[in-house]
Amino acid sequence: MINGVGRFIPNGMQPFVSSDNFLTKERRLISKKTKQSKTVFLDNIEEVFDVLGIDSNMTISFHHHLRNGDKVIKMVSEEIEKRDIKNLHFAPSSIFPSYTKLVDLIKKGNVNEIHTNYLNGEVAKVISQGYLKGKLVMNTHGGRARAIESGDLSIDVAFIACPVVDKFGNGHGATGKSACGTLGYSISDLEYAKKVVLVTDTVVEKLENYQLDSKFVDYVLIVDSIGDRMGIVSGTTEITKDPIGLKIAKDCANLLNYLGLIRNDFSMQTGAGKTSLAVVKYVEEIMKKNHIIGSFASGGITKAYVGMLEAGLFKQLYDVQCFDLEAVSSFAKNKNHIAMTASEYGNPFEKEPICDKLDFVILGATEIDLDFNVNVTTDSMGNLIGGSGGHADIAYGSNVTIIISPLIKSRIPIIKEKVMTVTTPGSDVDILITERGIAINPKRTDLHEKLANSQFPIFEIAELLEISHKITGVPKKIETNEQIIGYVEYRDGTYLDCIRKVKNGY
Amino acid sequence: MKGIAGSKESNDCLITIETSKKTTIEINSIVGQFFYDQILKTVEDTLKEQNIENVSVIVEDKGALDYTIKSRLLTAIERMKEDV
Amino acid sequence: MFRSLLFIPGNNPSMLQNADVFLADAIIFDLEDAISINEKNNARNLVKNYLLTSSVLPKQIILRVNSINTEWFKKDIELLKTNKINYLLIPKTDKSSLLNIEEYLSAFEKENKLVETKIIALVETARGVNDLPLFAENKRLIALLLGAEDLASDLQIKRTETGEEIFYARSKIIYAAVDHNLIAIDTPYTNINNLEGLLKDATYAANLGMKAKACIHPNQLEVVNKVFSPSEQEIKWAKEVIKISLEKPGSGAFQFQGKMIDKPILDRAEKILVKAKHFNLM
Repeated sequence: MINGVGRFIPNGMQPFVSSDNFLTKERRLISKKTKQSKTVFLDNIEEVFDVLGIDSNMTISFHHHLRNGDKVIKMVSEEIEKRDIKNLHFAPSSIFPSYTKLVDLIKKGNVNEIHTNYLNGEVAKVISQGYLKGKLVMNTHGGRARAIESGDLSIDVAFIACPVVDKFGNGHGATGKSACGTLGYSISDLEYAKKVVLVTDTVVEKLENYQLDSKFVDYVLIVDSIGDRMGIVSGTTEITKDPIGLKIAKDCANLLNYLGLIRNDFSMQTGAGKTSLAVVKYVEEIMKKNHIIGSFASGGITKAYVGMLEAGLFKQLYDVQCFDLEAVSSFAKNKNHIAMTASEYGNPFEKEPICDKLDFVILGATEIDLDFNVNVTTDSMGNLIGGSGGHADIAYGSNVTIIISPLIKSRIPIIKEKVMTVTTPGSDVDILITERGIAINPKRTDLHEKLANSQFPIFEIAELLEISHKITGVPKKIETNEQIIGYVEYRDGTYLDCIRKVKNGY
Repeated sequence: MKGIAGSKESNDCLITIETSKKTTIEINSIVGQFFYDQILKTVEDTLKEQNIENVSVIVEDKGALDYTIKSRLLTAIERMKEDV
Repeated sequence: MFRSLLFIPGNNPSMLQNADVFLADAIIFDLEDAISINEKNNARNLVKNYLLTSSVLPKQIILRVNSINTEWFKKDIELLKTNKINYLLIPKTDKSSLLNIEEYLSAFEKENKLVETKIIALVETARGVNDLPLFAENKRLIALLLGAEDLASDLQIKRTETGEEIFYARSKIIYAAVDHNLIAIDTPYTNINNLEGLLKDATYAANLGMKAKACIHPNQLEVVNKVFSPSEQEIKWAKEVIKISLEKPGSGAFQFQGKMIDKPILDRAEKILVKAKHFNLM
């Protein structure tokens, strides 16, 4: 069957219709868990496995707030390997390059199904090569929360790395030796998983403020270390020095300003890439020059936004995960640095998710096509290299969605006739900014009109494609293997695209 | 006789050319899935244009455009000729 | 007309393929100092094939060739055959080297049926500075570019942030340029990470009379373009002055905003508007 973005979806699976089709649906909620007994404290993982009876065919979830520094998923993976439990379903909110133990579990058939929102590194590579026996399902951050609360993604045991836990079993991420800030992605797991284990390396008498309520917590596992918090800063935190990136960022900020989007009480979100950080810097300059005070910035929060909050340029930050240690300490001390759950952030069925209040978002792309569909899930050869994260959530929610990218990366044009994998439907993507020109989605006639008399280099997206082909030559079409290894699930639970096994070599 | 030119920086390529019994062309490119044929054609056309035969050419490509590949090959050929 | 000229090493494919994207008014493809002796041919091949085949090229293209007394000069000049080069930048220009080059170029152009190539003189030796009054009238010249690093080395002095040591050379270049209707181009600011220092240096040079500045990193271009563009106030002032002068034809001098406006001031207003139009600032 062909879905709403023109992609094949196998029969029996709900095809994607349109990004606002969820409005015709009712929110489905399973009941939140209720716990009879007091929280039990344990100090070794074997005991946890024994009391929970972790066995084949179960679904086990994790969050990724410690990012590349996480040790909890490794600890659990090693215990699974030791016991050789087969055919498990893993549901980590993201998978990072450091999660190498998972590679062994996949290859040996211990883990056969995976739900996640983002993955890269060795795990992504082996899945692309077809080692996962079952299927991979790629969710959005908001979509994962929806899947869990509706029971579509039913979790048997949630292992939640938690930097500090008190003696009642309440947990928080702001303090403790492995403090990683807000724990936004773990809240659905906490509330809806059949059993919840907080894994911590710091226990205190009593927490006054906490994000994880003990009423959902069955067990607390105390270990030496839940991770290396330095590993949080695994992405880029410095502004780009690349002149092309800077030019794109400057053009982006100028365009936002020209469109009147940088005005009092505006709200924004950007990724944490080097070029996005440059956009933030230029937006900050415009705000200072014109005495603008914004309402909020949201997302994964970086030190750039912390600086703007502290300078009074934004009234609030809504933070689902801290991208660096400056954000972690700001979250711990600044009451206007507010935690949001994945559901509050991007769940389509949430009443007023933060993503819907955004004026504009700045996002990246590995590919974009003539229909403005964006791929951040695979590279142009079909290898898994990322995933939506919040991409599709905020592209839908925000008023103006801008993609920034060089037109050509290492000879590969970013614009394709059709993207390899659809992560975000083109109907939610409004503007593409490259170093050689800007394209506006034809359906945004309002933006076209506003920019008609501007000096910005505006092209049709097909013209930009042609310019890039003149520079690089026309790339050969990539043949993928027909074997489907996974799916891109849209935030409403419908299927946007299939992910196929890669062909090796030329 | 042997000539080397270029680099493994991004958007560049490193080309090694050496006299041989017959002409062989080996291309290792990060964008080979898209541009292998085009890179091969550039190398073959340049060899032909320079009347070079019986060489082994190795291209280690980091996303170089055709004019870069051609230029590196021309320099490698000049260096091969000077190599005695 | 230039405000900014960007040096790009001739052997750097990443820079070459984005040369048309940078905000420079002209790009200088460098075959000289940025290229080591072993890579001279490699760089020349690359620039040549780039010029011949790239579908996107900068608006104005300048080639810095090696000195006439090097073994590479003649091969560098061959690149004129691409018909893509607007100007040659000649290192260590002085009276005699310019004459030699002119002689060689004239013969070369005749033999290859090329139009006369205009030259930007890179003035970077004590002799070059001294010779300015003697060669600035050369009909091939369109601009003079100060090369302060080489000049300092010739003078055996250190370059400073404030640039007192090059005040004389800057002034000589500016006076010779204005006198012979050439563009005075300032020396690059070499600390690429210090944009505030660049702003100061460029503003100072502009106040002395430099009309443009060479850059050695793309991230310098925005500051330099801004310094050498007429400001919004200047453009507004010039528009009003011209408007009033057109309303009072033949009236000679008149008063505007409490100041006397006469011919030199009208000329200045016109030049501001020409520049503003040229660089799309209106």
